[in-house]
Amino acid sequence: MVSESDVAHIAILADIGIGDDELAEFTGQFNAILEYFDLLDQVEESGRPGAVTTNIFRDDEIAPSLPLDDVLENAGESEAGYIRAPKVM
Amino acid sequence: MGSVTFDAEDRWNAFITICREAGHGDGPMAGVAVAVKDNISTAGIQTTCGSRILKDYIPPYDAHVVELLKAAGAAVVGKTNMDEFGMGTTTESSAFGPTTNPVDTARVPGGSSGGSAAAVAAGMVPMALGTDTGGSIRCPAAFCGIVGLKPTYGRVSRYGLVAYANSLEGVGPMAGNVTDVARLFSVIAGHDARDATSIDRPFAHTPSSNRIKGLRIGVPAEFFGKGVDPAVAEQVRRAIGDLADLGAEIVDCSMPSMAFALAAYYVTCTCEASSNLARFDGVRYGPDIASKRSWHEAYQEHRREHFGKEVRRRIMLGTFALSAGYYGKYYAKAQAARKNVGEDFARLFADVDVIAGPTMPTTAFALGEKTADPLSMYLADILTVPANLAGVPAISVPCGTVDGLPVGLQLIGRHCEEERIIDTAYAYEEVRR
Repeated sequence: MVSESDVAHIAILADIGIGDDELAEFTGQFNAILEYFDLLDQVEESGRPGAVTTNIFRDDEIAPSLPLDDVLENAGESEAGYIRAPKVM
Repeated sequence: MGSVTFDAEDRWNAFITICREAGHGDGPMAGVAVAVKDNISTAGIQTTCGSRILKDYIPPYDAHVVELLKAAGAAVVGKTNMDEFGMGTTTESSAFGPTTNPVDTARVPGGSSGGSAAAVAAGMVPMALGTDTGGSIRCPAAFCGIVGLKPTYGRVSRYGLVAYANSLEGVGPMAGNVTDVARLFSVIAGHDARDATSIDRPFAHTPSSNRIKGLRIGVPAEFFGKGVDPAVAEQVRRAIGDLADLGAEIVDCSMPSMAFALAAYYVTCTCEASSNLARFDGVRYGPDIASKRSWHEAYQEHRREHFGKEVRRRIMLGTFALSAGYYGKYYAKAQAARKNVGEDFARLFADVDVIAGPTMPTTAFALGEKTADPLSMYLADILTVPANLAGVPAISVPCGTVDGLPVGLQLIGRHCEEERIIDTAYAYEEVRR
């Protein structure tokens, strides 16, 4: 079970933004879904878990990239070939 | 070289963007109008993923599949409506309003590739591209009465497909009949170095009904279990009976891993979504972010305003499942369950050539029927997610109706054996005519 304050905390971790008026609805739905996920407690783990895929490495090769102007076309603000982002500090 | 004038009237809200004049080149698909799902990048044409967070985003490049379509001479006539970022089973979570089902406009077309399915079912285009993460091609194909193929993972490049759950999703063809699905598949299958999971298995097969005699078709009991509408089950059993009449051998079997497949799927896809969708922050694309505010404040406000509720729900669920202390309970267990699904398929495919069952447990829902209860909508994906978890190919082909609404027969094959499930679907399509 998760509480409304748990959901508010998850929203902060996920940078998702949540309103007080939404907490009850999301919390109720989360608990129904998480209760269903509890089924997984019964899964027998055979061998190493997560071994579904394997990495195959290759040497890094330099290839042409997209033109800078085309990429900046979709950015909100740019300056001297850089994209302007919100302040961090 | 030429151009196609696309003046079809879109009464189903199947399209987000329509290209009224679409240029095309020469090739085997010269002048064929193809609709493309709106999470597949098209250079110079808005690509929104059904989300307000990508409204007005114009990709600077084409997806690999779009390059191949153009090289074959096809005309891209528009971008189709979809559940936001592919997260849904009804196309109702689109920020551009729901698509309706051309068979019955009070019903959903299925999802998430509902716009592509509706555009084909309504006769606006002969074929369309969809994407399938947990059933998003097969579900709308079944609900709208068309054919849809989810290819083997890796057989079609994901380069330019906007990522939602990369280990599960892929691009595939949708059309009114098996022949057109095979034709579109032959254009998009093949190797692409820009997708690290791409495999080199082009497709150049013409559907044939001559390979059905002696084919061993496995029918797992779990595909007819709890939650499957008895009328749908009966219709699908009748279709499997038709395949037996053609000389196929029907083998009753069991797939115990199905019990955990849906939970494993939803844990995996929400975890991957929470990571993949972190890139939508309003800085590089989409509506502009208020850059005067602090980093987290600006992002939270932006994402709350521009993501719909289902997307926010899945990002938060995935964030929770991956957070400290819960990884072992959810993600690790889901991967173990996923492995079991793959092993179940491997065991069954040692004995049978094809697995058959319903595509969806019911016919198309009424509009609005499932929107308030996300879990009940998730449960509708129970029969389609196993193929995504294992990466095997699966096709949905229409097999009659229940109360006037289409039912889909699902045929699942071994890795890279699309040829066999296409032939089986084709043989069934021929007898049904």
